[in-house]
Amino acid sequence: MDILNALILLLNYIFIPALTYGSQLALGAIFVTLIYGILRFANFATGDMMAFGTMVTILFTWYFQSLGISLGVLPTALLAIPFGILFMIIYMLLIDKFVFKYYRVNKSPPVQLAMVSIGVMFVTQAVVRIIIGPSDQRFFDGEKFIIKAREFKEMTGLNEGLALKSTQVITVLVTIVLVSLLFWFLNKTKTGKSMKAYSDNEDLALLSGIDPKKIVMITWIIAGILATIGGALYGLDKSFKPFTYFNNMLPIFAAAIVGGIGNPFGAFLGGYVIAFSEIFLTYAYKKFFIYILPESMEPESLVQLLSTDYKFAVSFSILVIVLLYRPSGIFKGKVL
Amino acid sequence: MRKNLNVIAAYSIMMVLIILVGVFQSWNIALSIFNMCLISAVMTMGANIQWGYAGLINFGIMGYTALGGLAAVLISVDPVQEAWSAGGFDILMCLWLIIALVLIIRFILKNFQKSKVRTYSIAALIISGIILIRFTAEPGIEAIEDINPAKTGFLGGFGLPIIFSWIVGAFFAGGLAFIVGKVALGLRADYLAIATLLISEIVIAIIKHEDWLTRGVKNVIGLKRPAPYEVDLQSTDWFITLVEKFNSGKLEVFSNLSDRQAALNQLVIEGSSIFVKLCYSGLFLTVVIILLILTQKALYSPWGRMMRAIRDNEEAANAMGKNVVKEHLLIFILGSAIVGIAGAMLVTQDGLFTPGSYRPMRYTFLIWVMVIVGGSGNNFGAILGGFAVWFLWIEAAPIALFLINFFTAGMSETHALKLHLIESVPYFRFLMMGLGLLLIMRYRPKGILPEKIEIK
Repeated sequence: MDILNALILLLNYIFIPALTYGSQLALGAIFVTLIYGILRFANFATGDMMAFGTMVTILFTWYFQSLGISLGVLPTALLAIPFGILFMIIYMLLIDKFVFKYYRVNKSPPVQLAMVSIGVMFVTQAVVRIIIGPSDQRFFDGEKFIIKAREFKEMTGLNEGLALKSTQVITVLVTIVLVSLLFWFLNKTKTGKSMKAYSDNEDLALLSGIDPKKIVMITWIIAGILATIGGALYGLDKSFKPFTYFNNMLPIFAAAIVGGIGNPFGAFLGGYVIAFSEIFLTYAYKKFFIYILPESMEPESLVQLLSTDYKFAVSFSILVIVLLYRPSGIFKGKVL
Repeated sequence: MRKNLNVIAAYSIMMVLIILVGVFQSWNIALSIFNMCLISAVMTMGANIQWGYAGLINFGIMGYTALGGLAAVLISVDPVQEAWSAGGFDILMCLWLIIALVLIIRFILKNFQKSKVRTYSIAALIISGIILIRFTAEPGIEAIEDINPAKTGFLGGFGLPIIFSWIVGAFFAGGLAFIVGKVALGLRADYLAIATLLISEIVIAIIKHEDWLTRGVKNVIGLKRPAPYEVDLQSTDWFITLVEKFNSGKLEVFSNLSDRQAALNQLVIEGSSIFVKLCYSGLFLTVVIILLILTQKALYSPWGRMMRAIRDNEEAANAMGKNVVKEHLLIFILGSAIVGIAGAMLVTQDGLFTPGSYRPMRYTFLIWVMVIVGGSGNNFGAILGGFAVWFLWIEAAPIALFLINFFTAGMSETHALKLHLIESVPYFRFLMMGLGLLLIMRYRPKGILPEKIEIK
């Protein structure tokens, strides 16, 4: 029986990674849900738009690094993110002007807009791959660990180490700040409230004098901020590869729908639901049980519910179950 | 005749393009493009039935294609006897357990009132069932995967001719579509799109990681062929005489006998691969024509009219006494089955099954571009879309290279931008696909050959 070691084990291998991954998914999911709630279509270009924002961030990071500018222990990328956001917003507004606006004005069905977003997905994917190439890019610099596993062991005298990467802390902190700002904006400011009204009932909002052009523009601006930061944090924590970003679209969609599409708070929690269940169900608990069970009951197998190969499949199965039993999501969708 | 002028014109342009590739690049490339165009055409016909006839979005095309490919493996590969004797029993037990689980759940669903207790007990049943199945299967799976892992390491198939897999693939895909349809068809259009996309990812994950069944990412190579092998042809007398006859003009130039023999050998090698591709073209063309006749008949039948009515106004069709749910399920299964045929054809042509190559970009979204560009609801349009988009997909790189060289002609050969652009030539195909889709959706939303309803 060694409960402390068991807890550290869970913290190190489940809780911290899941919290980080969940934050990254949550930002993407709020992006999806905002577009769905206000512009009323499922944006299949989500992953690739995030890749675009991250790409610009990386290019600026490299530029700063070549100039010798750095943030010391923090990654230089944090300095480059605002530029990434700027370019992302410009790109999104251009796409909206030349592509989406036409269908919005004509009141096309959402399916058609989703189809158009596939065209945007192809184009964005091409732009990203032509500019930065399809291969893996690492752009992290600064101090990698806040606590190293070995130091932690020496400090506490426990068998299990706890490693805390600086990117994990940055991800969680930035997500908390960004999401609280976003909810403050949506709930307390006049513009945020008018966005909610527009999402609830478009005609009524128009009648009460809300300018749809402004709403759409602000939506894209918020989306640009979320997409770039979410993408850059993911890239810092893991690595940047355009194909992975495209694939991340799927758990992000899952998170948005599980949380109730159109509901930003739901999407935020949905990200964590997906991340935690993916890691909970695919973790091998052998070591954990060795710590907490008496010696005679120690398990021989890995005690793993599903092999790690099925990580993605877990989130998709959750999504399918939610769609079947509660299509409006856990937190009731369509109320922005 | 006049009515069909645009169809004839579009198809002739397509044929001329492929022939031009044959003349300028090589007949080998032209024929492989043609074969892939035919396979894409089958896929688009499947997607077109679902989207064009009934307005159902299926973003799971990749999953059905992969299942068709799996059918090709399971039908044509010879059974691995040692693996069967090592772990076959465990696997069969598992199969029975799964069937028993499904039957028990069905029984509970039928005989008990809907309540919280029922939901929780079903969930508990499923979880304990999964654990039980894992424990039963594990030793068997390990035993199977241990047997000669470099070469087999899986159960193998039935050792039948691979052509049968085209039908079996249709049944596999149709079976999956039945389950997916039962689960997801009640969802709204965009939810359905996302749900099918994710379900197809689950299917691929299973195919990739269940090595005992599919060899997973180790791939299955050297599948049987319905067409003769090039090596055999090159040593067959009638084939050599045939090549000689075709190229008598070219061969007459040589006076020296050994030179003539060398040239003939070269021609025979080229000819053999063209001949094999022609065999495939014949097979694929037969499938396309049969499917085209069937789908055209269906489109103009009372059933096709009913489907259009359901597509255009579900409530009205329902009020007229049509069973919308049942018809949606039926058409979902039919369309997916056709995609399954295409998946089996694809693996038959390649002679190998590589689960890692199934990616949504290539097998779901590209097929959708084909349907939209060609013209949804019109079978001729869907086939044309398959041809045109696949042609562009393959020829995009040479076209992009030409354009880059043209526009950067003023730059020096070592200019960084020029080199970078030339390096990223393969990705211009995504750009062309995207722009093509956006332009068609904007200026010709019904596709190149729009749907037209004739009342006969």
